[in-house]
Amino acid sequence: MIDYLIDPAHWTGSDAIGVLIVQHLVYTGIALLVAALIGVPIGLYVGHTGKGTFLIAGVANALRALPTLGLVILLVLIIAPVFASELAFVVPSLIVLVLLAVPPIMTNTYAGIRAVDASAVDAAVGMGYRPLKVLFSVQVPCALPLILSGFRGATLQVISTATIAAYVSLGGLGRLIIDGRAQNDYDQMMVGAVLVALLALLVDLGIGIIGRFAVSPGLTRRRIRSATRPTTPSPASSALVAP
Amino acid sequence: MITFENITKVYPDGTTAVDDLSLVAPSGKLTVLVGPSGCGKTTSLRMVNRLIRPTSGDILLDGESTNGMDEALLRRRIGYVIQHAGLFPHRTILDNVAATARLTGKSKREARLIAGELIERVGLPSTFATRYPWQLSGGQQQRVGVARALASDPDFMLMDEPFSAVDPVVRGQLQEEFLRLQREIGKTIIMVTHDIDEALKLGDQVAVMRTGGHLAQLATPEELLTAPADDFVADFVGRDRGYRSLGFVTAAPDLAVRPEPAVELGSTPEAARAASTDDWLLVVDGHRHPLGWVEQRALTGPITIGDLNLSGTVASRTGTMRQVLDASLSAPSRRGVLVDADGALIGSVTAAEVVGSLDEIRSAKGAAS
Repeated sequence: MIDYLIDPAHWTGSDAIGVLIVQHLVYTGIALLVAALIGVPIGLYVGHTGKGTFLIAGVANALRALPTLGLVILLVLIIAPVFASELAFVVPSLIVLVLLAVPPIMTNTYAGIRAVDASAVDAAVGMGYRPLKVLFSVQVPCALPLILSGFRGATLQVISTATIAAYVSLGGLGRLIIDGRAQNDYDQMMVGAVLVALLALLVDLGIGIIGRFAVSPGLTRRRIRSATRPTTPSPASSALVAP
Repeated sequence: MITFENITKVYPDGTTAVDDLSLVAPSGKLTVLVGPSGCGKTTSLRMVNRLIRPTSGDILLDGESTNGMDEALLRRRIGYVIQHAGLFPHRTILDNVAATARLTGKSKREARLIAGELIERVGLPSTFATRYPWQLSGGQQQRVGVARALASDPDFMLMDEPFSAVDPVVRGQLQEEFLRLQREIGKTIIMVTHDIDEALKLGDQVAVMRTGGHLAQLATPEELLTAPADDFVADFVGRDRGYRSLGFVTAAPDLAVRPEPAVELGSTPEAARAASTDDWLLVVDGHRHPLGWVEQRALTGPITIGDLNLSGTVASRTGTMRQVLDASLSAPSRRGVLVDADGALIGSVTAAEVVGSLDEIRSAKGAAS
């Protein structure tokens, strides 16, 4: 495995390890961004107004139950004729990654807003904060630990699941695992798995550090440990589930 | 002045929370809304700053209708204090207090300056400014809540059970300090409580409400005790009304106070026996502040703290008849100890003498009216 890693041939060309890592991060980033654009506003709206709570629970559970690999293949079959280029593979994979990332982001944003001390919100309204100021000056800052933990869960899930997108010819670190399997190159598979795990850990650490600076020290003491720990399967194990 | 004009609140499910309520909370006075749970007192309060909209009727602030006012602007004119303080957990104490001043257009610098002064004014050390709410006790948080409401210097204040979430000792302190503060600032306040003793202690006038949102009686605390309007009010005001109403009668200037012999802590049994007129003898400290009673016959050596019977309360000569009577009833010698403004011993009075004095006050009143 070390031999594989230090072989310069594996660090050049279109499937160099560095390129695969960047690809992996780009897919992850795009998927998270789109998921955030969908999940955060819905979570904020439902949390703030209390309208559509049923939507959150129903949609989140439905999305969580999706069989990832099956959906990717189905979407490729449907979408491939529409796009001529490589997008035929990228778009279905990204859709699946977004669908995976939306539930934790949306439910945690919603739950975070709902969990804000009701008397703080009552005081804010009663002293004359307008609704948007209540949301962004009180509710969002107080909900930030939970919102970030939603992002953490989503990120881990996307990084690990992006691996199986290699099954439908997508780039990223999944290539090492899929191609390694095809070539019976166990060193290559091992490198892929370990790199995915490392990447997930590093990104998780990064979000943790962002949280340390973004979340008020007035809240961190109250933060419940279990709520900040992602409940998704560990990245290494799901990466290895891929065929 | 806050005026309720025929205010009614009916919820969509048909329950009437407040029924045709009309009352005036005079400027600079503290009006208490009190009643059993479900009587609509909190609903009434929250209709003033339109956290709840009345179904019909109008509420006027200094004669100005609040119907159709911009709600956020209206609320910024009214200080709002709630039961669990409702501090913003992510902001420091200073920024919590400064929040309302910021809303009324003060710069961050000005707002923090005001906040810093108010933190001390409500009795908190200035070092608390940089702390976060979780680092404060419930009573301290409540003080911050009051400071925050005052930071925008509103003419009006609404207080929803402000002192009921803290323990009885702290509650008593907060009430005393709030009374002192209110005497200085003279805001027009409406306060909600379910605690009749708190209402009688703090209110300039008390509105007793009954289930269904009806106003049962609007009166001064003394009137509530001496002339309850009906069975409900009498029952709600509670037992011991006669005794508690003495809390509104100041001790008569001509109350016959007799000199009370007293010895200092550390005196010998011989000195104690020489000074005493009966079994019980008062013990004072070097400043003649009463400490407690000793049973002189039981003394075997110089008087120590351990010899003292501490059951007797001490009343101020300028205090209320309730305090004076309580002092005489609680002392083992049955002689109530009276002190001057500095807490030094003046003399004593018996329960019979207090009751006699009360009869005189009552008959003088009867003659006058």
